[in-house]
Amino acid sequence: MSQSKGRFGVHGGQYIPETLMNAVIELENAYNRYKDDEEFNRELTLLLNEYAGRPSLLYYAEKLTKDLGGAKIYLKREDLNHTGSHKINNVLGQALLAKKMGKTRLIAETGAGQHGVATATAAALLDMECVVFMGEEDTKRQALNVYRMKLLGSEVIPVKTGTATLKDAVSEAMREWTSRISDTHYCLGSVMGPHPFPTIVRDFQAVISRESRQQILEKEGRLPDAVIACVGGGSNAIGSFYHYIPDKNVRLIGCEAAGRGIDTFETAATVNTGRIGIFHGMKSYFCQDEYGQIAPVYSISAGLDYPGVGPEHAYLHDTGRAEYVPVTDDEAVNAFEYLSRTEGIIPAIESAHAVAYAMKLAPTMEKDKIIIITISGRGDKDCAAIARYRGEEIYE
Amino acid sequence: MSNIRKAFENGKAFIPFITCGDPDIGTTAEIVRSAVRAGADLIELGIPFSDPTAEGPVIQGANIRALAGGITTDKVFDLVVDLRKDVTIPLVFMTYANVVFSYGAERFMKRCQETGIDGIILPDLPFEEKDEFADVAEKYGIDMISLIAPTSENRISMIAKEAKGFIYIVSSLGVTGVRSEINTDISHIVEIIRQNTDIPCAVGFGISEPLQAKKMAGLSDGAIVGSAIIKIMAQYGKDSPYYVGEYVRLMKEAVSGE
Repeated sequence: MSQSKGRFGVHGGQYIPETLMNAVIELENAYNRYKDDEEFNRELTLLLNEYAGRPSLLYYAEKLTKDLGGAKIYLKREDLNHTGSHKINNVLGQALLAKKMGKTRLIAETGAGQHGVATATAAALLDMECVVFMGEEDTKRQALNVYRMKLLGSEVIPVKTGTATLKDAVSEAMREWTSRISDTHYCLGSVMGPHPFPTIVRDFQAVISRESRQQILEKEGRLPDAVIACVGGGSNAIGSFYHYIPDKNVRLIGCEAAGRGIDTFETAATVNTGRIGIFHGMKSYFCQDEYGQIAPVYSISAGLDYPGVGPEHAYLHDTGRAEYVPVTDDEAVNAFEYLSRTEGIIPAIESAHAVAYAMKLAPTMEKDKIIIITISGRGDKDCAAIARYRGEEIYE
Repeated sequence: MSNIRKAFENGKAFIPFITCGDPDIGTTAEIVRSAVRAGADLIELGIPFSDPTAEGPVIQGANIRALAGGITTDKVFDLVVDLRKDVTIPLVFMTYANVVFSYGAERFMKRCQETGIDGIILPDLPFEEKDEFADVAEKYGIDMISLIAPTSENRISMIAKEAKGFIYIVSSLGVTGVRSEINTDISHIVEIIRQNTDIPCAVGFGISEPLQAKKMAGLSDGAIVGSAIIKIMAQYGKDSPYYVGEYVRLMKEAVSGE
């Protein structure tokens, strides 16, 4: 049996309607043409450095380290990027690529709104039209981000189908792409979907580990013992892991959203509770029932509330190179509050899942060990929802 | 020879699509029989999927209703067993790759053969991925139906050369659903198909009116209608077998009329 393009072990592939095949082939050809192009990379680096504020800091969290009493903890501060998350890394790359391809319109899905805001931002900067699909449920959970996208000149379409969350926003963006291809680029926000998206998004996010590797070598003269990041589709995690994959002594730990727990049905921990399947253009792990119907998933975090995971993560899990651990809503909310108090850094609730696991892991490690946690985004957008979680009604 | 060819031996073919289990499996059986009596040449039986990314709102709704009603892949196979007591026209499944993959491709195709399914359409399985299921489908004599889209262009001959059963020409960009106009140059697509294969081809996506169906079938070997039928089912529920039958009769007359 022949294997199609874009495989990570058995995962990946291009499971999409025929209508989109020439579009993804065109995208792949354009990416291959520009990825090593000097001019393209010069422009992208300029945007990343002068507009998005890269390189992001690798911050030694001294108080956190002392309080947890174990491994030395560094935070990779993607929350300090323009628009407040790692999403801008990928979006600037894809928007620039789309522009080179002659596309004038970007469409995107968004969960928490971070990718939507980043896409709307790039569209504003590069004079492109932009339409963002967002689950109706998420437009309520993340009302501020909806307003930000509109302020940036984008149209936001609330998706009412299915569970009205990220999964449905992806489905709707894919449907929109099949109806309008010639002038439109689908700016996919995670390392998922059909080839070449998982590779393109990973390459654009790999800037995280390219920087952190160099930064930790400068600060500590050695590589970290563990790198921890949250995983929904998995874009900040793959970006955080990528340049450490060959370094077998660096543990790579992805933190999945367990929601109310992996023994409940209210979870989004795909690797821990799902099984292999085919959905949204890729073969990977999905939360699904015995007949392959995609399961409704749940997490307090709109950005991790997705029933699948990127194919490269599925492969890193299969080979044992990375570990995927579940983190519950409760643990994430505790970490959200804890990091805010200890370091004065309010992490996105997504990133708080990674912090939560580090809080368990660090105390078990020797003091000369090093952990890097990726703070994928800032938590301003989550304050109202966390307040509600704690029983406090606040108005944005 | 593929059993599916029989569907194209009775003039231009009319092919209705019916979502199984909407509103319930008993009604589905009656709708299928009613469509057969009214002159349907081949029926596409939709196995519902939770997230049908190639479907517009109408068929999405049918999928949701059917799943909420407790339909499963096994119940659809039971339906086919029941239908095959008297229904002799070709029957093909239309579903999504994960439904087959999750059931186990080998087990799925074997059940298709045992129950009397002739082919399968998977809209999220393009040419590049078809080998994953094609070998096992062939083993059990199930035709994997290929789709050709308005954007296929340079891919048409490649797809046509390896096509089985019949070719499903997607009339328009976008998802399934009723359209007032179809602007794709269907004749051009059919011309390239004809240069590469002699298997029949039928046009679907967006067709609802008799005149449209007649035009599309005139350019090819048949017309496929989904959303317009699902709308009738949504409107009439358990009473829909009669109304679907009347609609199919009208459409079959339109496609076969000179």
